[in-house]
Amino acid sequence: MLLIPCPWCGERDEPEFHHGGEAHIKRPLEPDQSTDEEWAEYIFMRTNPKGVFLERWVHQSGCRRWFNLARNTATNEIIGAYKMGEKPPISTIANKQKTATVSNKKPKGVK
Amino acid sequence: MAQTNRLALGGDIDRTKPVNFTFNGHHMQGYAGDTLASALIANGVRIVGRSFKYHRPRGIMAAGTEEANALVQLETGARTLANQQATRVELYEGLSATSINCWPSPDFDLMSINSWFHRLMPAGFYYKTFMWPVSGWKYYEHIIRRAAGLGKSPVEPDPDQYDHMHVHCDVLVVGGGASGISAALAAGRTGARVILVDESKDFGGQLLNEQYTINNKSASRWIEDALAELSTMEDVTVLKRTTAFGYYDHNYAGLLETRTDILTDGGDKTRQRLWHVRTKRCVLATGALERPLIFSDNDRPGVMLASAVRTYIQRYGVKPGNKAVIFTNNDDAYRTALALKEAAVKVAAIIDTRPVPDGELPTQAIAAGIEIIDNATITGVNGGRGVKSVEVMSLNAAADGVMGVARTILCDLVASSGGWNPVIHLHSHSGGKAKFDQARGIFIASETLQASECIGAANGDFLLGDCLNEGFRAGKEAASKAGFKKASRRKIPIAEHIVEHPLRLIWALPSTKSIGERGKHFLDLQHDVTAADVQLAAREGYASVEHTKRYTTLGMATDQGKTGNIPGMAVLAQALGVDNPGDVGTTTFRPPYTPVTLGAFAGRNVGVLTDPVRMTPMHHWHELAACKWEDVGQWKRPWYYPKQGESMQDAVNRECLAARNAVGILDASTLGKIDIQGPDAAEFLNRIYTNAWSKLAIGKCRYGLMLKEDGMIFDDGVTTRLGENHYLMTTTTSNAASVLGWLEEWLQTEWPDLKVYCNSVTEAWATLSICGPNARALLSEFTDDIDLTPDALPFMGMKEGTVGGIPARVFRISFTGECSFEINVPASYGLALWTQLMVAGEKYGITPYGTETMHVLRAEKGYIIVGQETDGTVMPQDLGMDWILSKKKDFIGRRSFTRPDSQRTERKKLVGLLPVNPNDILEEGGQVVAEKGDHRPIPMIGHVTSSYYSANLGRSFALAMISNGTERIGDRVYVPMDGKTITCEVTAPIFFDSEGTRLHG
Amino acid sequence: MKKYSIFSLARNALNFHQDWEKAWRSPEPKKNYDAIIIGGGGHGLATAYYLAKEHGITNVAVIEKGWLGGGNTGRNTTIIRSNYLWDESARMYEKSLQLYEGLSQDLNYNIMLSQRGVLNLAHNLHDIRELKRRVNAIKLNGIDSEFLTPEQIKSIVPMINISPAIRYPVLGASIQRRGGVARHDAVAWGYARAADARGVDIIQQCEVTGIIRDGGRVTGVNTTRGVINAPKVAIVTAGHSSVLAAMADVRLPISSFPLQAMVTEPVKPILNSVVMSNAVHCYISQSDKGELVLGAGIDGYNSYTQRGSLHIVEEQLAAVCLLFPIFSRLRIMRKWGGIVDTCPDASPIVSKTHVDGLYINGGWGTGGFKGTPASGWTFAHTIARDEPHALNAPFNLDRFTSGSLIDEHGAAAVAH
Repeated sequence: MLLIPCPWCGERDEPEFHHGGEAHIKRPLEPDQSTDEEWAEYIFMRTNPKGVFLERWVHQSGCRRWFNLARNTATNEIIGAYKMGEKPPISTIANKQKTATVSNKKPKGVK
Repeated sequence: MAQTNRLALGGDIDRTKPVNFTFNGHHMQGYAGDTLASALIANGVRIVGRSFKYHRPRGIMAAGTEEANALVQLETGARTLANQQATRVELYEGLSATSINCWPSPDFDLMSINSWFHRLMPAGFYYKTFMWPVSGWKYYEHIIRRAAGLGKSPVEPDPDQYDHMHVHCDVLVVGGGASGISAALAAGRTGARVILVDESKDFGGQLLNEQYTINNKSASRWIEDALAELSTMEDVTVLKRTTAFGYYDHNYAGLLETRTDILTDGGDKTRQRLWHVRTKRCVLATGALERPLIFSDNDRPGVMLASAVRTYIQRYGVKPGNKAVIFTNNDDAYRTALALKEAAVKVAAIIDTRPVPDGELPTQAIAAGIEIIDNATITGVNGGRGVKSVEVMSLNAAADGVMGVARTILCDLVASSGGWNPVIHLHSHSGGKAKFDQARGIFIASETLQASECIGAANGDFLLGDCLNEGFRAGKEAASKAGFKKASRRKIPIAEHIVEHPLRLIWALPSTKSIGERGKHFLDLQHDVTAADVQLAAREGYASVEHTKRYTTLGMATDQGKTGNIPGMAVLAQALGVDNPGDVGTTTFRPPYTPVTLGAFAGRNVGVLTDPVRMTPMHHWHELAACKWEDVGQWKRPWYYPKQGESMQDAVNRECLAARNAVGILDASTLGKIDIQGPDAAEFLNRIYTNAWSKLAIGKCRYGLMLKEDGMIFDDGVTTRLGENHYLMTTTTSNAASVLGWLEEWLQTEWPDLKVYCNSVTEAWATLSICGPNARALLSEFTDDIDLTPDALPFMGMKEGTVGGIPARVFRISFTGECSFEINVPASYGLALWTQLMVAGEKYGITPYGTETMHVLRAEKGYIIVGQETDGTVMPQDLGMDWILSKKKDFIGRRSFTRPDSQRTERKKLVGLLPVNPNDILEEGGQVVAEKGDHRPIPMIGHVTSSYYSANLGRSFALAMISNGTERIGDRVYVPMDGKTITCEVTAPIFFDSEGTRLHG
Repeated sequence: MKKYSIFSLARNALNFHQDWEKAWRSPEPKKNYDAIIIGGGGHGLATAYYLAKEHGITNVAVIEKGWLGGGNTGRNTTIIRSNYLWDESARMYEKSLQLYEGLSQDLNYNIMLSQRGVLNLAHNLHDIRELKRRVNAIKLNGIDSEFLTPEQIKSIVPMINISPAIRYPVLGASIQRRGGVARHDAVAWGYARAADARGVDIIQQCEVTGIIRDGGRVTGVNTTRGVINAPKVAIVTAGHSSVLAAMADVRLPISSFPLQAMVTEPVKPILNSVVMSNAVHCYISQSDKGELVLGAGIDGYNSYTQRGSLHIVEEQLAAVCLLFPIFSRLRIMRKWGGIVDTCPDASPIVSKTHVDGLYINGGWGTGGFKGTPASGWTFAHTIARDEPHALNAPFNLDRFTSGSLIDEHGAAAVAH
């Protein structure tokens, strides 16, 4: 069970929250001007990275505020929360990626 | 039976308190402090059960959680427990245990016929056969299933209760041995909130089984003092009989506490409690488990772990045999020899695989006059029903074979030790890695993702002095990292040290023939997995540890491979010609560490507490009226109100007629209600709903449809403008929460510039809906400040005032097609108003109706229900609701209308269906076909979404979604149902008062 | 490939099983193949097998970063059924079930298909309506399906609690009697052995690190064991679909979530069918070894960790205790997690991509195991002919642009 730092309430258990998928997906300003492909990109296509993921959460059973979270989907390590409209903590993410603790080393020896 | 194997002295049992129990129907006696295993040993029981596959006789092999053989069924009836390790069952008066997986008894088991065919049953044999004839597997499977399984499930509901506890702490210390107690003391002294848990009823871990001194006092005295000190610390919680079974992300641990002395009976308490612990730091002092040596026929009753033998003698005062052979690759097992000697049990010999065992412990053994046979191995164990003798030969230079002449040593007990495996399960549960330490022959924890540390024996530091030092250091450090830096001047206690010499790693010990050709080298005793099985798996290409585990079932039994996994991996590595067992794949341990009861996971969320029940303010009235209920989400809604002797159809007919011909009353309180305020509220509604909201006047209502971005219908409802910047939105009952979430999501994430605020007021209001020709007359008796005339309060109007003296909002909105008033009053007045309306309404023929009648009435009018006519694949156009789609503005989902699939002409459209025979009622969910026919598959053109008998129409009717449906109006279509196919005519989806005169009346 | 049978077992027993040949080779990767399949799970191995068997394309490499069958193939709850609502799904999963029905013999590897019946429970009027809609559609599609009353359910599953007084009573169920379970590892191993016997190279411990393209065409892959060339590359990496597709700049509508499953201690036969309940979120069957095999709902956040949260398991086991109060005293012996790649419409993608020669198969959500044979069969066709088979044509990637989704998820929508 994750421990999620709500920017408004502090750290709370995961069941108080609801996951809102990938963050920073912009709705086309003029949907009528978008192609079918652009519209599909907006409603369906997702980055789904293995590694640092910028995602949205809502503190549903708490303050009911939406916020963003930078979390490593390979380890569940939380890098930081930031409020809607704020920029992701790029420098922290970069540092974390450098010192990532999870090695992808494979067992060797057997073919 | 007498306690023939009880020692006269020693052990932590109370010889003045006899405890009676039965095993396989035999009356026996043990003492307070015994486990079932120690009591069985005391009573001379050798065969406790039979193995899974070969049904070989098996005895007790361990003294703790690693026991693989001695599983029993405890008690019978509702309180029975299956597959309990005898070593973990504390003896209680009247305990009744039986052997499992054997018939008629473990001593004489008919299924042991399996062992005759053992050579046909190597690892994975079932993948290679049972394939003929093609349908044959179901017969083979039937037999195999009955032979498999171990104990029996209860067949009565669990009479016990379980509960949950949620706590936070600074330092969680798992394991109450020397390391763990030290860590808890050190952390506790800083003032940190500490939880210390141990799976046993007594703290001390391995100290309980040994004869150590700490600070020149007996170890038990030190434990006592430590626990006394911990008990004085306000923020320290000490939990016995509590297993940390899982370690999850972000330092979250699951603990299972058994709360009663009698494992099978919760008595007046919850039987078990599941603790959820969020900790800042975690010290894993989980100790180590001894691993057996892997030699030919190492499963015979009487072959035990050396440390277990020592435990039985020193802790329980029982002797597992009368003449022992110690078989070891390390110094530690010599302690067992010395303990046996001290207990006056003969030690025939110590067989050591090492060429020159010359450490301090071997020296003591020699001094005690025990024969040591070095550089040797056991090549066979004689005695199918219990050890009678062993054969011993010297190892050759490469240690892959034996030489010389076999010597037979008579004995009835073999105490075997292959070294100790640190318990790193919890470390592994949450992403921690392990590495193999070649020198010590063990896996130890490497990187961790959590704020945890393995210490003491769990980290491969087996010496007591190291454990104490490490414990104090780790406890202090953990507390400090959690923010508690208070220093303690107390000195770390000092313990004796016997330096042990290194062990010799020979994973599968050779015999006179190749492994697999003489006897069986068992790795996993419960699942009967042998070294030959693992070698076969390797030979066949199942080359990773994961393949081998799955192919052979190694480590998949109830003990989860606590003794067998590591030797198994090593045998696999050897078979593959790999030096380092860590290179055949890392083991990932999965929770739980030891099995956890389903009931404990469920806690109190069972029975009536499974899920909260939501009740409307008028619930009690409905209950007294003996309505039938419909579950809608968590809500209970009246479904219909049958009178005595009425069928459901009778009741619904009566309700339907009353609502159209007199006055009907519905409890509509469950509909979602969202209060929306702010200067940009109208603009917000414009974006959320498909139609336009800017021009809605105050005091007017409008129906709205909301879509998801894919253009599909998400919810509908009526929204009313209460004031300049104030709206009240209603939603469907089950979508109330999702719609509120949906609104907030858009406001906060996409349109934060809009000044709009939303709040759920569903439970603030009781909603009473009255409809029918007498509705106005009835309501006018209750209000003098609301003009109810059609001109003053027309359809889709709203007035505030009082009803029955209660402040109220009255809405002229209708889901039935009748002249209808929806009265909202503060929830606490709901029941009072309902009751008054029922009394005053009697003369008007007032009739309460439930959801079923509501469904019939609205379907007669062709009104949709989201979730019934729609299913997430329906656009407004499909329902003929183009009229509600504004062309002048954007709204959520609009763009999707122009996608190619949205433009298909053959999309399903909402239509009506009239069965040609007016008494045929279609099945909701019935599929519609264009042509009659018995062939399958047959193309389907749509399905029946709603279907009823209508008392008002005097016939059956239905709504359906049919491909290209509007073009088919007037056509005949067919609905195949069980037994018959019903012919219907396609109609427009409206059956009653299509001009809407009643609605506006 | 030497045939497995009771006779080969007996013959080998005489020699202490020393002479069994390897189930599959461990070849060094060649420089060039006609097709590369990335992912050695059930779907990838099945694809390779049917490429060889049905299309005569045997110069094929299956590249697996870990151990074959080590991903979701070996982590699911082994349920097989074809009782799907939409025609497209019904045809695909029915093809799968039919292939399963002859698979042990086809592969000469006993996959232990146990057609013990799969029940889906209804707990409210909405469930009943939805189940009946499904049952009717499935029957008209020529697939076996029946609706059961609570009493009929009780006669098939005597241990279930059908009391109307419980919080979410059992009001009915659908049953597909041909549905059931199979041994998941055996499916992967059987396909691997049979594909290998037809010449397919299964290369384990080899991770794809890049997909090489020339213009708009795929030409091969970079791996931890060097460059391997092929004019056709197929991605079948459930749990990592997005990661692999991103290597070729293919965007997917997929999100990956943890899905937990667990087994209890083994007990004597007590449950003879598979019981599923969407409304209270649990599914349960009993393995041949005697363990109850239980599945939970997916965890609600993207993750590749193969572990989930405790509260998800607790909710699910509370549901089990609601339906089967007798199981409350049994114990969970082991639980684990897989990674499920889910599409917005809860239907898979078995499709070409905008990159020539690059194919993708993924997004099976929680239903991949049952789809394995048809997935491989149709994907092999797609790769061999460079065009989809009629069965998988609807499961293309373009549907997310055109809007022609196969919305199994939406069809379960609850509201009213």
